[in-house]
Amino acid sequence: MNAARLGKKRGEQLSQVLMGLILILFAFCCLFPMYLVLINSFATEASILKNGYQLIPEQFSLEAYKSIFYAGSPTLKSYGITILITVVGTAIAVVITYMCGFSLANENLKYRNGFSLFFFITTVFNSGLVPWYLICRVLHLYNNIWALIIPSLIFTPFNMFLTRNFIKGVPSSLMDSARIDGAGELTIAFRIYFPICSPVIATITLFYALGYWNNWFNAIMLLDSSELYPLQMILFKIQSDLSMLKDLTNVGLSNTVPTESFKMASAIVTIGPIVLLYPFLQRYFTEGLIIGAVKG
Amino acid sequence: MKKHRIRGIGLEFKKNKFSYLFLLPATIYTLIFSYFTIPYMVIAFEDFKYNTGIHSQWVGLKNFSFFFSSTKAWEVTRNTLVLNISYLVVDTVIALVIAILVNEIRKRKFAKLTQSAMLFPHFLSWVIIAYVLYAFLSSEYGLLNKMLTGVGMEAVNWYNNASYWPVILVIMHALKTAGYNSIVYLAAITGIDSGIYEAAVIDGASTWKRIWYVTLPLLMPTVCILTLMSIGRIFYGDFAMYYAIVKDNGILLKTTDVIDTYVFRMLRTTGNPSMAMAIGVYQSVMGFLMVFGANWFTKKFFPEGALF
Repeated sequence: MNAARLGKKRGEQLSQVLMGLILILFAFCCLFPMYLVLINSFATEASILKNGYQLIPEQFSLEAYKSIFYAGSPTLKSYGITILITVVGTAIAVVITYMCGFSLANENLKYRNGFSLFFFITTVFNSGLVPWYLICRVLHLYNNIWALIIPSLIFTPFNMFLTRNFIKGVPSSLMDSARIDGAGELTIAFRIYFPICSPVIATITLFYALGYWNNWFNAIMLLDSSELYPLQMILFKIQSDLSMLKDLTNVGLSNTVPTESFKMASAIVTIGPIVLLYPFLQRYFTEGLIIGAVKG
Repeated sequence: MKKHRIRGIGLEFKKNKFSYLFLLPATIYTLIFSYFTIPYMVIAFEDFKYNTGIHSQWVGLKNFSFFFSSTKAWEVTRNTLVLNISYLVVDTVIALVIAILVNEIRKRKFAKLTQSAMLFPHFLSWVIIAYVLYAFLSSEYGLLNKMLTGVGMEAVNWYNNASYWPVILVIMHALKTAGYNSIVYLAAITGIDSGIYEAAVIDGASTWKRIWYVTLPLLMPTVCILTLMSIGRIFYGDFAMYYAIVKDNGILLKTTDVIDTYVFRMLRTTGNPSMAMAIGVYQSVMGFLMVFGANWFTKKFFPEGALF
């Protein structure tokens, strides 16, 4: 009896170890590629040209980063553009989304289901790329900064439904008591409900900000010249277009352009903020998804 | 009677004017970018010119017959379907494995940590993923070729051979989405009644038996619903993924050109909006049929999961 129980316990332990190993393997596959990019962004160009991308480069240097960051560098400028569109876009997007979700959660609203359907349909059917592109051109969302902010990114029904579902969970007696206390509609929406909704606000802020930061679709569709390129688009162009690379690196400083390490360093610079915010990102992301999954 | 109703609507808007005002920005945005785009689909039957806009010359089904008589029609459809079905199968299996393992591991901190690691690629854009891939596969500098030649094998020119790419794309897709997909399954596992597990343990079920006979069967409804939702989108590819990784590399297009990338090149490279729209209409119609088909199927077998 005892021996059987012991055997069973050992079996359990063995399966725990086995499961742990499989998980470590998966996690490794997800992180190792990033390590390779990171470590080689610090390699000297000569070392990459000689040995290729190595697990531990022969020689380390900061030359790639120096050729990205110098006064007046195009990469720095596009950093500015990316930050601008991310901040402005996310701020507008969150307000629009919150207002919409707040209204649709209001049970006194007679046509709320009609409106919900109106937004929902767009998630299932869409007319595709071409009409979207033509509408953007008609609205002059072409070759300017608003082309990177408004189309596709500034409102997502998914985020709106996430917000609505969260607000639906707040007891309606709060609304009633606020009204009795004489609060106006704007006060109720932004001073009373907005803080209560901070978990879902954090989640949608994150979704929108990430959408803006990682977006290059709008740039490739709606920009003809490289002046307004956001980071991701610069990164895309560096890889596909060698002349772009030469424009970006500071050729004046040295004769050899560190192209290979420059590529890796640019990738690292672009994901930098995501890595720094990762613990925060991940927490709200998971929470947000679970709010959506449970209540959706 | 009708007048009465109109007055009722007016009254409703007046009574809740703030709420409707709040809906206005999102409504206008959605109207413009979703509903007002629909009339533009008519250019699939025209020879679109930018100066005449939507009232360009009518050419009937010419664009469609041109597309369907080319070999491209079958090629992009096949690639779209083959790749999407492969993603669906591989992603689902991996996400299920991760979710079950994370749930079973008793060291919670360890489970959380691996989960964080696996979610990380989800936050990166496909452009970044393309860089990662390049560090591995670059024919001159890539790690993989160095490793191959290191063990005496021949270096492979990855970017020059289309036949490797479906596999490469499936692997990259799985790496990027596995952590994200597993969250949904993990949430579903958390929803399973713990009494069932307790009963299984009392009956002497081992870890693996518990997974096989309790967790998996109870997850099946979720798996089916998510699968059916993906089937509704099986004619749509992630443009950003293909264009970031493959770009305009003509050699690889044979296995990696999907409907979305073909439409893009028709529109932006070839500069033929009407042709691009015709292909887009084909995609929308197929997508429409798949959504309805999948929904009909769901309604029949899992009524609680149906979309509408």
